[in-house]
Amino acid sequence: MSEVIIKLQYYLQYPFVIYALIVGTLIALCSSLLGVTLVLKRFSFIGDGLSHVAFGAMAIATLMDQIDKTIIIMPVTIITAVLLLRTGQNTKIKGDAMVAMLSVGALAVGYMIMNVFSTSANVSGDVCTTLFGSTSILTLSSSEVWVCIFFSIVVLILFAVYYNKIFAVTFDENFAKATGVKTDRYNLLIAVIIAMIIVIGMNLVGSLLISALIIFPALSAMRIFNNFKSVVIFSGIISVFCAVFGMLVSILFSTPVGSTIVIADIIVFAACYIIGMIKGE
Amino acid sequence: MSYITCENLVLGYENQMVVENVNFKVNQGDYLCIMGENGAGKSTLMKTLLHLTKTLSGNLVYGDGLMDYEIGYLPQQTIVQRDFPASVWEIVLSGNISRLGFRPFYSKAEKKKAEEMLKKMGIWNLRNSGYRYLSGGQQQRVLLARALCATQKLILMDEPVSGLDPKVTAEFYQLIRNLNQDGVTIIMVSHDIHGALEDATHVLHIGKHEQQFYGTREEYMNSKAYKSLEIIDEIDADKEDAKL
Repeated sequence: MSEVIIKLQYYLQYPFVIYALIVGTLIALCSSLLGVTLVLKRFSFIGDGLSHVAFGAMAIATLMDQIDKTIIIMPVTIITAVLLLRTGQNTKIKGDAMVAMLSVGALAVGYMIMNVFSTSANVSGDVCTTLFGSTSILTLSSSEVWVCIFFSIVVLILFAVYYNKIFAVTFDENFAKATGVKTDRYNLLIAVIIAMIIVIGMNLVGSLLISALIIFPALSAMRIFNNFKSVVIFSGIISVFCAVFGMLVSILFSTPVGSTIVIADIIVFAACYIIGMIKGE
Repeated sequence: MSYITCENLVLGYENQMVVENVNFKVNQGDYLCIMGENGAGKSTLMKTLLHLTKTLSGNLVYGDGLMDYEIGYLPQQTIVQRDFPASVWEIVLSGNISRLGFRPFYSKAEKKKAEEMLKKMGIWNLRNSGYRYLSGGQQQRVLLARALCATQKLILMDEPVSGLDPKVTAEFYQLIRNLNQDGVTIIMVSHDIHGALEDATHVLHIGKHEQQFYGTREEYMNSKAYKSLEIIDEIDADKEDAKL
């Protein structure tokens, strides 16, 4: 045990490890906030589709070494989110098919671009990093760290300011609409926030696993708590705990960051499920 | 001037006509019951009154101090809500949502109102309970309290007693009766002919494609439309008996 602590102290001397922990905590906190909304509004499919689109955008961004990747990925993902929501509202089945088309399409195109145009010697390594996050969180440049912090704070503020509206629109959209709330506007806001979360979350766990980061903490908290506020707060706590725990484990035992965090989330979910069952009886 | 005036209304979706020639009025203090078979366009009419769908043609006018979006809505529950982690207090408070505007949080007055409505519905003691664990009757009271937070002028109810057992149904009708006596105007869409008609002052009966009847309850009891509905109801009752 003492060996582990000494090793940990050794790593914590490095600023890039501290950066990684700060960014990881912020990302985890943001990604958990909209989990309940995503699950209950049947928006999970949009989250999944968006993360694949973000992968495609990332592939294109990798070609342009000089500029910050987020400058390309963020607008592409936000615009896709808005478009998906528009089509999804009109005809449900078409919307679903559209998401499927877009997400596998973006995956294929993204991989093609990375494979053909990449200057790196280790293409499959790059792809793996983008999909599963691997150790990229430790190699963030200081500009990437600031971009992450900036968008995390934007997400947190938007969520706090629109908390009551997001609740009302998630719980009963028709009621809100009938009393004169412009629900389309808030659906749009939710989609934009999801897009932002996915883009910053990709740095931590990669594009394939970001949905897990969004959904697991919310589902875990929903097992135990009966009111929206507690669910949101507790899923934030679960998410941050699992992210920090996962990052430390991955540093100590050189396991992949993304997978370690998600596995921690799965274990917490199982625990919450059991607690929920015992409580329910 | 009436709260709601409908003249030659044609309802439907995207040029697909569902029902035409709808004419009726709702005045302050009325208790209007909307009857009709399944698929006759009751829910389309309701969505139109709530601004969720547009009219195809005809006039729909709100007046007598009733604003466009001043209709409290008691919806049928969706599957999503049965699984939603929200407390009774959170849901009832969200009835004030339209008054928030650009404000992020609810004011003291709005919280006071939520408290008052919870007490009126007799569920103040349940305020911290999880909505998804309540009984059907309790859930309806929560949604009614929320609708009353939105407005106390007019409440529109969509099949409010479906799925409730007879005792709870009777209690719920009593609750609505009290509200109506307090001056709340009621519009109720219902399948339950006998229970719903007992307290109604007016009836609107929509058949397939066309309005069958609009008038007072007394007129309705003697009308052809009512008798046709009663026959269907008796056949249904016979079927139920046969099953038992």
